[in-house]
Amino acid sequence: MNEPFAPWTDETATPLIRIEQVTKRFGDFTAIDDLSIDIFPREFFALLGPSGCGKTTLMRMLAGFETPSAGRVTIDGQDMGGVAPNRRPVNMMFQSYALFPHLTVWDNVGFGLKREGMAKDKLAACVDEMLKLTQLDALARRKPHQLSGGQRQRVALARSLAKAPKLLLLDEPLGALDKKLRQETQFELMDIQERTGTTFVIVTHDQEEAMTVASRVAVMNHGKLVQVDPPDQIYEQPNSVYVADFIGDVNLIPGRATQVGDMAELAWAEGQGTLLGQPGGGVKADTAASFAIRPEKIAIGREMPEARNRVQGKIIDIGYLGNLSTYHVKLPEGPVMTCEVGNRSRLSRRELTWEDDVWLSWSDTAGLVLPT
Amino acid sequence: MTCGCLGRIPQDWCCRHERARGFQPRAFIGRSAVKRAFTVIPYIWLLALFLVPFLIVLKISFSDIAIAIPPYTPTLELSEGWQGVRNFFGGLDFENFVFLTSDDLYWKAYLSSLQIAVVSTLITLAVGLPIAYAMARARDDWRPALLMLVILPFWTSFLIRVYAWMGILSNEGLLNQFLIWSGFITEPLVILNTNVAVYIGIVYTYLPFMILPIYASLERMDPSYVEAAEDLGCSRLSAFWIVTLPLARPGVIAGCFLVFIPAVGEFVIPSLLGGSSTLMIGKVLWEEFFSNRDWPVASAVAIILLLILVIPIILFQRQEVASRETEG
Ligand SMILES: Nc1ncnc2c1ncn2[C@@H]1O[C@H](COP(=O)(O)OP(=O)(O)OP(=O)(O)O)[C@@H](O)[C@H]1O
Ligand SMILES: [Mg+2]
Repeated sequence: MNEPFAPWTDETATPLIRIEQVTKRFGDFTAIDDLSIDIFPREFFALLGPSGCGKTTLMRMLAGFETPSAGRVTIDGQDMGGVAPNRRPVNMMFQSYALFPHLTVWDNVGFGLKREGMAKDKLAACVDEMLKLTQLDALARRKPHQLSGGQRQRVALARSLAKAPKLLLLDEPLGALDKKLRQETQFELMDIQERTGTTFVIVTHDQEEAMTVASRVAVMNHGKLVQVDPPDQIYEQPNSVYVADFIGDVNLIPGRATQVGDMAELAWAEGQGTLLGQPGGGVKADTAASFAIRPEKIAIGREMPEARNRVQGKIIDIGYLGNLSTYHVKLPEGPVMTCEVGNRSRLSRRELTWEDDVWLSWSDTAGLVLPT
Repeated sequence: MTCGCLGRIPQDWCCRHERARGFQPRAFIGRSAVKRAFTVIPYIWLLALFLVPFLIVLKISFSDIAIAIPPYTPTLELSEGWQGVRNFFGGLDFENFVFLTSDDLYWKAYLSSLQIAVVSTLITLAVGLPIAYAMARARDDWRPALLMLVILPFWTSFLIRVYAWMGILSNEGLLNQFLIWSGFITEPLVILNTNVAVYIGIVYTYLPFMILPIYASLERMDPSYVEAAEDLGCSRLSAFWIVTLPLARPGVIAGCFLVFIPAVGEFVIPSLLGGSSTLMIGKVLWEEFFSNRDWPVASAVAIILLLILVIPIILFQRQEVASRETEG
């Protein structure tokens, strides 16, 4: 079939958004710190990061509500310096929704189209379609204060989608929806994107959501981008302990990188063998490093395994989650490791119980050695 | 809902009090009695300070002028028993109201008052809205100071401030001196003792009542509404018209009523700043009371004024209720 969608690897591709060395300060607080990124047409770009790391601020600079203290934002080849929000090919869904309280749901959704001067019947058709999409048809005549939180969120989403802009900024668009509706809406968003070719930048606190919808995920911290990569790479090849820890669950074993080549070795405790994994994040030999291994990549058993990466410990806790069980294993000279085992595994595995001495093992390529 | 705080505190107090004495059943009785007493207080207040004076004025308006103390008749002579009560009610009639229609001074005064009030309300709005908007958009740390400046005039007597305007507006006043000095005019402008001076006085006096409610509604407005409007294609100006102003409507309406209602009955400003041609019902009322000592006609004038104002007051309250509903 056709090639996978990856314009960021293509040097000839022109980005829709160029953010070049942008810094944003509020007083002496730096909310965005010398940040550069290109976002390409038709991308579904997810911003992930802890609260207060500058996600909303970055979005507001794209929408035109904040001006960068330094640096440049270009959208579709046009420098956005001094361009008012209403002159940008951008729509934003606000984190606070900002629905106009004096207008009905219908008028809220039609607001942007009406400003555009769209003909009445076409406008009505557009608005009705948007309302159907977000399952709000029955609420069209209500005012925002008569809606539930999730319904308001859908109105805000419908309103920002209605104008079919080149770039759509969604600040936590699905946070207040229940799981089923959220999944449906995620699917709709992806569908809308397919149909309209709109570029999406979406802020979310939900990693699963970012993983599902995004073409690339950007992990932010303290106003900087820590890593920008497709979801699988973010998960499998985190470039730092921070990202490994932020996305999904991870076991971190602190130690020293002893050798770094195609593979890296980490010495983690006296009298124990080194752990072998892939080097990541530019780790250097003879520096402090951590070994990162995901819980589902660890095998657990009574007998000493053949694998090179093996550690021994004692089970201190078992969690049963239905489809899988998690074992918490205390290493004598190290941290507590979490390992997940699918529950269709062999019978003998289920015999493991509290206080058992067990071996944990994983393959050479399963873990990463990351600088600390 | 009506007895939020007032109701709850004495209830708790009451329960604890009674339980300590071991009278569980009585706690219930005591609680409802205390609660009732607390809810009744506002009604007593309204009754004593609004309804009773109103009834007195109403009664006087149905009476006849008399050279006596008080200067009207009949008065209720309870010592004469039943006959006294009958005489009292028999002496009441609508004469004064009929009289008001016979002299065109009165309806002209009402009309002219309404007109002056409407025009000055509109001017106050035109002046106050931009000021309120600028204040709401000002930097956070400036706002208290700006608010202070708006309220500051209340610290001196209203009467003194109106007298000060006489000094400013008179033919030899500050304004004319300045204009002549700067060469704009050669002859002094006649402002004092005209309707223009009355407008200036009313707008000046009531401006804070316009600014404060509008400011309050603008200030608590989420700035993201305007941002959303701009994001959806509005310019700054159209966002103001389409979003900011409709959302500030409750404040604007409150401000207009707070200016309009007292302006209709205004008496001090027209008598100090207005001329002989300035006709306002407040002035007429004053003259009936104090110059003619015709309390019954004055009361009738006041009753009609009240009826005229009741309509906008009811509209105002409807609006308040509606806006409270939409705010949820
Ligand atoms: N107008 C402002 N003045 C001063 N500081 C601000 C302003 N706006 C944002 N900040 C600060 O900038 C930082 C980043 O804010 P931002 O709203 O971008 O966070 P966020 O990543 O969107 O967080 P969340 O996930 O909680 O929405 C925060 O520390 C915030 O306090
Ligand atoms: Mg945010």
